[in-house]
Amino acid sequence: MTLHQQYVAFSTIVIKEFMRFIRIWIQTVLPAMITMGLYFVIFGNLIGSQLSPIHGFGYMDYIVPGIILMAIINNSYANVVSSCFSSKFQRHIEEMLVSPMPNYLILLGFVGGGLTRGLVVGVAVTLVAAFFADLQVHNLAVILIVAVLTSILFALGGFINAIFAKTFDDISIIPTFVLTPLTYLGGIFYSVDMLPGFWQSLSYANPILYMINAMRYGMLGVSDIDVGVALGIIVAFVIVLYTYSIYLLRKGVGIRT
Amino acid sequence: MSPALSINNLHKTFPNGNVALQGVDLEVQQGDFFALLGPNGAGKSTTIGIVCSLVRKSSGNVQVFGHNIDTHMEAAKSCIGLVPQEYNFNQFEPVAEIVINQAGYYGIERKLAVKRAEKYLRQLELWNRRKDMARELSGGMKRRLMIARALVHEPRLLILDEPTAGVDIEIRRSMWKFLREINAQGTTIILTTHYLEEAENLCKHIAIINNGVTIESTEMKSLLTKLHVETFVLNLRQSVNALPAIQGYELQLVDDSTIEVSISKEKSINALFEELSRHGIDVLSMRNKTNRLEEMFIRLVEEGAL
Repeated sequence: MTLHQQYVAFSTIVIKEFMRFIRIWIQTVLPAMITMGLYFVIFGNLIGSQLSPIHGFGYMDYIVPGIILMAIINNSYANVVSSCFSSKFQRHIEEMLVSPMPNYLILLGFVGGGLTRGLVVGVAVTLVAAFFADLQVHNLAVILIVAVLTSILFALGGFINAIFAKTFDDISIIPTFVLTPLTYLGGIFYSVDMLPGFWQSLSYANPILYMINAMRYGMLGVSDIDVGVALGIIVAFVIVLYTYSIYLLRKGVGIRT
Repeated sequence: MSPALSINNLHKTFPNGNVALQGVDLEVQQGDFFALLGPNGAGKSTTIGIVCSLVRKSSGNVQVFGHNIDTHMEAAKSCIGLVPQEYNFNQFEPVAEIVINQAGYYGIERKLAVKRAEKYLRQLELWNRRKDMARELSGGMKRRLMIARALVHEPRLLILDEPTAGVDIEIRRSMWKFLREINAQGTTIILTTHYLEEAENLCKHIAIINNGVTIESTEMKSLLTKLHVETFVLNLRQSVNALPAIQGYELQLVDDSTIEVSISKEKSINALFEELSRHGIDVLSMRNKTNRLEEMFIRLVEEGAL
C-alpha cells in the first residue's frame, strides 16, 4: 500500500469508530459527564468545601485534573476493548485482516478510535468541570501531551485485553479489578504526600499516579512527581504496549487461527 | 503468465493436534472458473483461510498471481476478494457503509468507494436496502452483500466459500448469472459449494479435496467423461407388473410406472428404448437419477482416489 492508501485505510477505521460511538452517545459520552459531574458535586462541592487546601488549591480545583484524566482513561480503554472484541466476536475483524493493511495500521486505527473517544469525552467532562471549578491552564502543551499519550496508552491496553478476551466477561475483568482500583489509588482525590510511608512507596509503583500528576502539573502547576519523569514513564509504557500489540498481531493471537 | 493461484504441498495442523491439511496442491489459471469441492471437514475452508491470511499455514507454498504470501502478503491480498462461508460483517452497520468501509481498507478514496458501492449494490439488487442495518436483510441478501463487499476493490481473484448456501433457487440462479458475467469480464473465480449442479453449471475446472489431500484436479469435462455408468429414471406411459430381461442393462422397477436403469458408457440408450418398445413399454420421459458430477464426486470420495 502506498502512504496515501495507508492514510485512507487509517482514516476509514477512525471515522468508522467515531461514527460508532457518536451513534450511541447516550451509552458512550453522556455517562462519563454524569458520573464525573457527581464526583464534582459530592467530593468537590459537598465534602471538599469542608477540607483544607492541598498544595495551595481548593479541593475542587485539586481533583479536576485527575477526574478529567480518569474519564479519558476509562473511555479510551472502553472504546477499543468493546469495539475490537465485538469485531472479533462478530468476526467482522476479518474485513480488515483480509485487506492489504499492515498490522500496525489496524492497531493504529483502533487506537485512533480510542484516542478520539477519550478526547471527546475529556472535552465534555472539562465543560462539566467548568460549572464547578475555576479551570486553570498552567502549561497547555503538557495538558495536551499527557491527555493524548495517556489516551493512546489505555487504548493500547484495551486492544490487548480484547485480543485475549474470549467472552464478554473477559472485557470487564481488567477495568473492574485493575483499572478502577489503580485509577482511584493514583492520587485523583489526594496527594501522595498525605499517605503513610509504606503506602506512599507503593503508590509510586502505580503508573496512573504519574499520569494524574503530570496532568495536574499542566493545569495547576503542582505535582508530587517530576513532570519529565512522569512523561518519560508514560512514553515508555506506550512503547512497551505498542510493541507487544504488534507482536500479538504478527503472531495472530486471538484473531488468526 | 503466472497462475491466479498456485498451492504446493500445503499442510496445516491446528494447535489441538487436528490435522486439517496434509499436502494440498492446486493450480488455478487466470480467468478460470474453478470449483473446489470436498465433503464437510475436507479442508476447503482451511485452504481458503490460508490463502486469505485468516489461517496460518504449518508448511507449504502459496502464490497469488505470482506473489508469495510469505514474502509479499500485501500484494497477494490486494488481488483477492473473499466471500466467506459465514456472515462476517457488522450486523449493526448500514449496508452501504459496510461496502464503502471495505473499500477504504484497501486504500480506495471514499468518493470512488461510494461509486463502486452503488455499482455493485445495484447489480446485486441491494441498492434499495443500502440504508438498512445489515441485520435486517434476509439470508439471501446477506450473501449478496458479502459478494458486493468482496468486489468493491475489484479483485482479480474472487473466492466464494459456499456463496449460495441456504439461498432459494431463484436467487441462486440470479447469482450464477452475475458470477458468469464477472468471470467473463476477466475475474478468476474459485467456488466451493455443496450444490454440485452449481459447480457443473458454472465451472471449467475442478479440484476435489478429501481428508486434507487433493484427490483430483482436472477439467470439468474430462472428469465427467470418467463416469462409466449413469443411472436414469424412466417414466412409463402405461403401468407394468414385471420387467423384461434386456441384456446389458440393469433394470429395476421403482413403482408400476417408473423404471431405474444403469447404463454403462459403451451402451446406447437408443438401443434400450428400442428393446423396451419391442416389449410394449413406451417411455414418456427420462431424467438422470442424480447429477453426473454428484455421482462422480461420491465415487471419488468413497474410493479416496481414482
